[in-house]
Amino acid sequence: MELWRSAANPWGQEVLIGISWDLMWVALVGGLAFVVAHAVWAKWLAPHSSAATGGGAAIAGLPAKIMRHATSERVFHWIMSAAMLVLLITAFAPVMGLQFAWVTIHWVAGLVLTATILYHIVHATFWQDFWAMWVNGKDIKAGLAELNHMVGRNGTEVPKAAKYPIDHKLFHHGAAVSGLTAIVTGIFMMLRLETPFWAANPYLLSDSAWGVMYVVHGVAGVALISLVIAHIYFAIRPDKWWITKSMIFGYITPEKYAENFDRSLWVIPGVAPQEEESVPAGVGASEIGSESTGGGPASEVGGQD
Amino acid sequence: MAVIRDMIPAFELFQPTSADGAIELLIRYGEDGWVLGGGMDSFDWWKERIKRPTAVVDLANVDELKGVRVTADGVEIGAMTTLTEIATHPELLANYGVLTDAASHIATPQIRNRGTIAGNLVQDTRCWYYRGGWPCYRAGGNTCYASAPTAMNREHAIMGTSRCVAVSPSDSASALIVLDAQFVIQSARGDRVVDAEDFFMRPSVDIERMTVLKPGELLTAIRIPSTWAGATFYYEKVEDRKSWDFALMSVASAMRISGGVIQDLRMAANGAAPFPVRLEDSEAILRGQSPSDQLGLQAGEAAVRNAQPLRHNDYKIPLMRNLVRRAVRGTEV
Repeated sequence: MELWRSAANPWGQEVLIGISWDLMWVALVGGLAFVVAHAVWAKWLAPHSSAATGGGAAIAGLPAKIMRHATSERVFHWIMSAAMLVLLITAFAPVMGLQFAWVTIHWVAGLVLTATILYHIVHATFWQDFWAMWVNGKDIKAGLAELNHMVGRNGTEVPKAAKYPIDHKLFHHGAAVSGLTAIVTGIFMMLRLETPFWAANPYLLSDSAWGVMYVVHGVAGVALISLVIAHIYFAIRPDKWWITKSMIFGYITPEKYAENFDRSLWVIPGVAPQEEESVPAGVGASEIGSESTGGGPASEVGGQD
Repeated sequence: MAVIRDMIPAFELFQPTSADGAIELLIRYGEDGWVLGGGMDSFDWWKERIKRPTAVVDLANVDELKGVRVTADGVEIGAMTTLTEIATHPELLANYGVLTDAASHIATPQIRNRGTIAGNLVQDTRCWYYRGGWPCYRAGGNTCYASAPTAMNREHAIMGTSRCVAVSPSDSASALIVLDAQFVIQSARGDRVVDAEDFFMRPSVDIERMTVLKPGELLTAIRIPSTWAGATFYYEKVEDRKSWDFALMSVASAMRISGGVIQDLRMAANGAAPFPVRLEDSEAILRGQSPSDQLGLQAGEAAVRNAQPLRHNDYKIPLMRNLVRRAVRGTEV
């Protein structure tokens, strides 16, 4: 298996021209293998848990709908998702044999993705709690507890999560690094294309610098294949559907809130925070990326816009 | 630039006697296999040592791919039929003159004696950056050296480009498009039939291939329906010299004229884009009208509406406009 492709430029220098397409298949197979492995684990091997219900006293005083994602966050999420899917399909489907005129669709979707990410950065920085997605000590502790439970150390209790559990945060940061890398290199690569905005200029950088640009863009792209496969898998799992629905309708039920979240870490305005006990593992919100990567503390009955 | 050497790199030569046998070999060698027709394009690549196939499948002994056959609905031309045979075939001369005209303009008599119709259709582009072995988009790289601001691109495309600006060099392609021909492609999965205008690959779809042929596939025949038999034809090729040269641009048209009115027509040009272009906007202007010089001008303007010249080929815009105008004028009644 090769990692990259190279060729001799007109001056006889060996330069990179892109990643090897073998990496695309590795990312695809790796992503699908993870899905199969997790599905098998979840179905037959996952430790049983004494599913705590969030009913009764636990939901006393909670509103009927707890806003998790404001409208603007949901719109951002779905536009970004559509752009990302279009980018991945237009980038890799032709290599897999499905041929169509992909270049224009690809860069237009890239511009849409860039615009949504810029919006998200500004929105998260100035209108939301920027640090809500930062990994802190409690996240790490909860993550380790979750891992201990997953490897069969029964009896280990998983602390209830803040609004964004650690695996959501890690997914967010993985997608952010890959996405931003693809965007920055993609914008440079666009300069080599004839667009309504500028004339193509393939000589802006040296051949070797362009080669690195193509390889980095490709690595980010194949990383996103695996990340998106995992994200979609968790989004459509029945046990995670409640959190996916919150990305559609905006809210979760008080029962799910009480089951999965620590009131002191995700404070609902108007609802008195209280120290929560650990939740039996397996009923938490925690799993990779079954919700938006954006957002901070909620207002009104949860959300803010 | 690469230097032509006397010796070509070694390969394994196969000389099957049937199309099935050829396809079996092409499947076995996949991307490393090479179809040898007349060899007019192949030997350049091999001597330049830019293309280095592992196996060459020579079709010279596959008799089923040779000759022109009159069918119930037109003619079928075997892929290995020589250009000379096409240019002189009585049935083609009588009813499909635009094709014989195009074939007679290809290269030289010697090349037409060896060159085949399939070879003329599937030959690679003449872009010298690409043929010089540079790692351009078409060669699997990530640069078009011909479209850069400093590039020499007098012969390149003015429309239909997508990163690559090389043009299709086939003289017979535009004639076959106006005849509404169909290309028969044989593979292990059986035959598939592709319209002539869909046979040529757009660089926006696949920048590394000139045609829709995939490894393991073989163009075996060209079927020309009788739809346009005996129509009023026009073919003109403009080149830097009057013999043994590739077209700067060519135009072909087939018209059904009745009562001084163009009842129906098809028009195509090559040398304008990376693939032969069907001139549907021009056709729409001409259809139902009496051919005249003024109408030809309008049709010519429509043909170049989407043209975007490179640094050195803006002359192709008036060239294309005037070729369309002349095609209309050539049929003026």
